[in-house]
Amino acid sequence: MTSLPAATAGTKKLGLVIDLDICVGCHACAVNCKEWNAGGHSAPLTDWNAYSGTESAGDGIDDAGAWGVWFNRIHTYEAGDGAEGRTVHFPRSCLHCETPACVTVCPTGASYKREEDGIVLVNADLCIGCKLCSWACPYGAREYDHADGVMKKCTLCIDRIYNENLEEIDRVPACVSTCPVGARHFGDLGDPDSAVSTLVAERGGYDLMPEMGYRPVNKYLPPRPQKKTCGATGAPSRLEQLAAEAADAVPQGGASGTGTAATTGGKLLAWVDAVLSR
Amino acid sequence: MHPAASVIFFTTASGAGYGLLFLLGLAGAGGLVPAGLGLGLTGLALALGLITAGLLASTFHLGHPERAWRAMSQWRSSWLSREGLAAVVTYLPAGLFAIGWVCLGRTDGVWAVLGLLAALGAVVTVACTGMIYASLATIRQWRHPLTVPVYLAIALYTGGLWMALLTAVFGGEAGVFLWLTVAAGIAVAALKLAYWRSVDTGAPAATAGTATGLGGLGRVRLLEAPTTSRNYVMREMGYRIARKHARKLRVIAGGLGIGLALALLLAAAAVGTASVAVPMLLLAALAGSAGAVVERWLFFAEATHVVTTYYGAEAA
Repeated sequence: MTSLPAATAGTKKLGLVIDLDICVGCHACAVNCKEWNAGGHSAPLTDWNAYSGTESAGDGIDDAGAWGVWFNRIHTYEAGDGAEGRTVHFPRSCLHCETPACVTVCPTGASYKREEDGIVLVNADLCIGCKLCSWACPYGAREYDHADGVMKKCTLCIDRIYNENLEEIDRVPACVSTCPVGARHFGDLGDPDSAVSTLVAERGGYDLMPEMGYRPVNKYLPPRPQKKTCGATGAPSRLEQLAAEAADAVPQGGASGTGTAATTGGKLLAWVDAVLSR
Repeated sequence: MHPAASVIFFTTASGAGYGLLFLLGLAGAGGLVPAGLGLGLTGLALALGLITAGLLASTFHLGHPERAWRAMSQWRSSWLSREGLAAVVTYLPAGLFAIGWVCLGRTDGVWAVLGLLAALGAVVTVACTGMIYASLATIRQWRHPLTVPVYLAIALYTGGLWMALLTAVFGGEAGVFLWLTVAAGIAVAALKLAYWRSVDTGAPAATAGTATGLGGLGRVRLLEAPTTSRNYVMREMGYRIARKHARKLRVIAGGLGIGLALALLLAAAAVGTASVAVPMLLLAALAGSAGAVVERWLFFAEATHVVTTYYGAEAA
């Protein structure tokens, strides 16, 4: 059924919270996503020209670069100019929207939103590969597999998060488990008291492209404000003092040796240094 | 948006087919044409042939054409599903109407009702095709109040061009259909000019600032794309056409599809003798159809998808 389930208060809304302040753009989440999903629920995630070459995917578009199906993509943006500018690493995947048009446009019922946890999935046995859902997604979350002839997308690692063969600590999406800096959080955004909901409230988590009206479940935490002043360490005054000492220590007309070499103790130190350096 | 040949052929061929079916249904029911074998067989074979060829072509771009029948199941939410269902349902009255006309030589009574139902089905199907595009919030050039009217007008116009030719050959109120087609052509030109003026000056649906949520920090631009080569999203949604080329193609679509075709129609009306008029009307139908293909190619090529704002576009 491509009609959306009725949303009620207290409905579970599983999703991700991504911290743009912390993300270092290492692509580890994308790589682990590919690693897990290439053998999981949506396997295979086909690649073309993975070892160079010019295979055609049969979509009438030819280019020789390596490309394939990935559910997680890491962009890097510059925002603002000059001293106000920021470099922001930006992971992008399915946001498991509350009103996803990718589901309602599906003519076959292959796309659906789960009532119990809000995860948006594709039933590969029903998909006819018309690609309309990918046109309806503002976020570029759906990627077509030309080899399988069906649409594929992030499953929120449904084959991990409910997988009782894994230890409980590992029952999180692959991207979350692998993030080396802890920039990705997984949890129930329908529960206002959950850790992820609290994080969103504290940090001002926001929706991507809210004007589209898709009401994404995943939230993004903005980069924290830049620090423009330093703490009172006394560093500037100390630097000034050192500069003054250095100016006094330079021998008149002498260009060789270090500043301290002009003194007797300095000469001794220089001799020791020369001996030890042999 | 990537202009896929199969979808362009589907929407233009089936559009013309439904336009012709609409006119044949009304003309048969209204007694504007004789219920003769020539017009019935040629006209309905052409109409249903164009529709069927178009529908078959549309399945060529599917990953699993053998599952296409499933596309009729989700009519509650999906315009694509509604289109598929409307297309199949329309075959029923259209097929029975064709049997009455071709086998029994009847287009009156119950056969007339079937003709009217086929005409209604044709309108509904083309409107659903337009709504597939008009319902997508992600593409501002498609989610436009003129998208559905343009689809309907072009279907009527291209169907009318074939109807004008058929009635000139097989008899009937040829003048009515010729002038109706001229009026439809003028309507297409007016709608399309208004549409192009609107989309050329329209506000973007989203910007890189709202896509990333970083707009508050200042101008947002892509520093590094996720991959060095183009992925599915960029191949499918990231098609870009140079403004210069788009202008030229708009002139070609209008000059060929409307200018040349209408000039040939008017010339055919002026000469009157069938031996001269019929080749002119055939050329008009071909020119109009070619113009419709160019227009439909541009409809895709000029459409900008909001996902491109993640891949370097400032706005879409």
